[in-house]
Amino acid sequence: MQQLADSLLQTGFLQGVPTEAGYALVIAFFAFVLLNFIMLIAGVTSWLERRVWARIQSRVGPNRVGPQGVIQWLADGIKNIMKEDIVPAEADRPLFKAAPYLAMMGFFATFAVIPFGDGLVVADLNVGVLYITAVTALVVVGILMAGWASNNKWALLGGIRSAAQIISYEIPAGIAVITVVLFTGSLSMQTIIRAQGWAPWDWFLFANPFLCIASFIFFVSALAEGNRTPFDLPEAESELVAGAFTEYSGLRNLLFFLVEWGNLYVIGALYTTMFLGGWQIPPITEQPVIQGALQFATFFAKSYFLVFVAMWIRGTLPRVRVDQLMTLCWKYLVPITFANLIGAMIWFVLFPNGLAIMRFAMFALGVAVTIYFFSRILFHLRRARPRLRLNPIS
Amino acid sequence: MSTAGIEIGLERETPAGLETEEMTLNMGPQHPSTHGVLRFVVKADGEVMRRAIPDIGYLHRSIEKISEKVGYHGFMPYTDRVDYVSAMQCNQGWAMACEKLASIEVPRRGEYCRVIACELGRIASHLISVGTTGMDIGAFTPFTHALRERERINNLLEELCGARLTFNYMRIGGCAWDIPPGFVKRASEFVEQFEPLIDEYNELISFNKIYVERLANVAIVPAEMAIAWNLVGPNLRGSGVKYDVRKDVPYSVYPELEFDVPVGTGERGTLGDSYDRYMVRMNEMKESCRILRQALGGIPEGPVIAKVPRTFKPPPGEVYVRVEASRGDMGWFVVSDGTAFPARTHIRTGSFSAMAIIEELSKGLMIADLVAVIASLDIVAPEVDR
Repeated sequence: MQQLADSLLQTGFLQGVPTEAGYALVIAFFAFVLLNFIMLIAGVTSWLERRVWARIQSRVGPNRVGPQGVIQWLADGIKNIMKEDIVPAEADRPLFKAAPYLAMMGFFATFAVIPFGDGLVVADLNVGVLYITAVTALVVVGILMAGWASNNKWALLGGIRSAAQIISYEIPAGIAVITVVLFTGSLSMQTIIRAQGWAPWDWFLFANPFLCIASFIFFVSALAEGNRTPFDLPEAESELVAGAFTEYSGLRNLLFFLVEWGNLYVIGALYTTMFLGGWQIPPITEQPVIQGALQFATFFAKSYFLVFVAMWIRGTLPRVRVDQLMTLCWKYLVPITFANLIGAMIWFVLFPNGLAIMRFAMFALGVAVTIYFFSRILFHLRRARPRLRLNPIS
Repeated sequence: MSTAGIEIGLERETPAGLETEEMTLNMGPQHPSTHGVLRFVVKADGEVMRRAIPDIGYLHRSIEKISEKVGYHGFMPYTDRVDYVSAMQCNQGWAMACEKLASIEVPRRGEYCRVIACELGRIASHLISVGTTGMDIGAFTPFTHALRERERINNLLEELCGARLTFNYMRIGGCAWDIPPGFVKRASEFVEQFEPLIDEYNELISFNKIYVERLANVAIVPAEMAIAWNLVGPNLRGSGVKYDVRKDVPYSVYPELEFDVPVGTGERGTLGDSYDRYMVRMNEMKESCRILRQALGGIPEGPVIAKVPRTFKPPPGEVYVRVEASRGDMGWFVVSDGTAFPARTHIRTGSFSAMAIIEELSKGLMIADLVAVIASLDIVAPEVDR
């Protein structure tokens, strides 16, 4: 972005504009583009989630607005914007009104460092991963504020749960990230991707057993940080009505949902970056534009696969209880990640350049597990399908 | 991960000098997981409940009083509303009470129709129960899958009596309508297809690790406590007491049919925990399938309803009749004074006593457990208030 801004200032249409103002203009432009892009991502993710979820639950899901209901999110957004924005009588008005924007900010800022392609990143910070860990914590401030300011005990319980949960799960997630950083020597997202290759056996997921364990721990912790099932306690519908968001209506409520679905994508993008080789593809064409587009598509395909997995998990698992959530984090995940980090260090000392045979072995193991998994699915489908015929009467 | 919910309250120690305040929470009557309009006043210390005090009466419709004004025949549609999740057994309770008052013999084909309708209704009711248990714990998928099967039962019952929820199928002396042509074939087909799906359902949710952790060892009701608190039906059997009105006080044609009474075994935790109550319902659906298979196979020829005068005036007296409804022993107490209107009717339902035990069970549980306990006791609000 820096180079683009510089080139625009020197040769482009921004020639003659003072440097600071030019930078500000470029930043504002990128922020605008990104904001719209994020809205699109969050909206499409919401539609996808509802469709996937409906499919899992043998329902139809939204299929009326646009082909396959693909712009349902737009209709929902318009509906929500037109609704009255109610603030409860005894609520802390400024905090209540500010909370959704704070949560929104926390997740919006993460997109600045997500690398969609070789050059397709707003800012390739040299502390990229650290930056993401830091700004996602802003979401918890927003949710906690929402819970506190609503003047509702259910909302307060939801807010407190959220704070406890997100802060606890930052630790295993952070340690898992450090395990990756150990092998790359850099916190920059682009460097992490470049340290991997396009082939699956070059991904960090299969590089060695410790990174594989770290990837699972990261995914679980990320689900917990994103308040996803089985860790969706802050808005546990059957317990806390709607948790911290109980009193919100209209656009503010929409913003919270936007954060939830956007965060889902951020989880997928981060995981793709760190363990699935990011945008890496083999050099197919000389054309930089086509190559860039392919990289972009690859990144999206990978991250949306993980989004799909998260939706799948949501459609399958029940919700854990608060004490079980904390037990899982502090008694199991934290010790395992620390042990895993030490193991990774030993591995790094023993094989500083990695072990090729281990990569292939891990990859073969991954393939075997996938095949077994799908054979189980096929088995259950075959067992249930003849009986799943719709009613002969209707 | 297995910390029993009940231990948490006891283990907690408040550090000296740190005063904590008891929080009073109002749960319901418009809370998403109170299964209708139940209300609980929850005294909580953070997430841990000191007690949850049930408050009833939000769905009171004076059904018992109505019976004194509409007469014996006219009260039948109202009985559907006593427990609208399994209305068939309520129909049967009222019909049996009136038949006992007037000493009417029901034709055997009528009894078989009743049994078939009741067992289909029981499966439908248990499907709702196990589905909502999953939903209260946070898994939404089992609910829609359970409802998909329930739709088929509803279709069958619609064929039988024209209604899908409040059936009004039975009459004093038998049933309103004979089974339609082809019904036996379709019902048998459903039973054959549904029974293996229970296993699929078990694999989807019942044996899920998180699900088991959420239900096992939560809200344990030992057998003595269950009897002392007057629990009935699957809740009582979940505590390991083998008591079923269909077996122990036989009525209708149940003595001729072969079936087992599933009881809780404490397979994943302690005997009498929420998981046992849940599993009893799961197994009862299988037993209902067994009953249905026999009843559909052995249905005799003949009329379905006995001759009962239009103006039904039973001799003076009082009767108490019990049926095994989906939520347990349902008692119908009817006093007749010889006129066309009952002098007094009282209905004794399973959910009412299950509601009372919640205050005792909730001590030391977490708020998240309260919804699990309500779901595992299978409380249906209209049955509590009537």
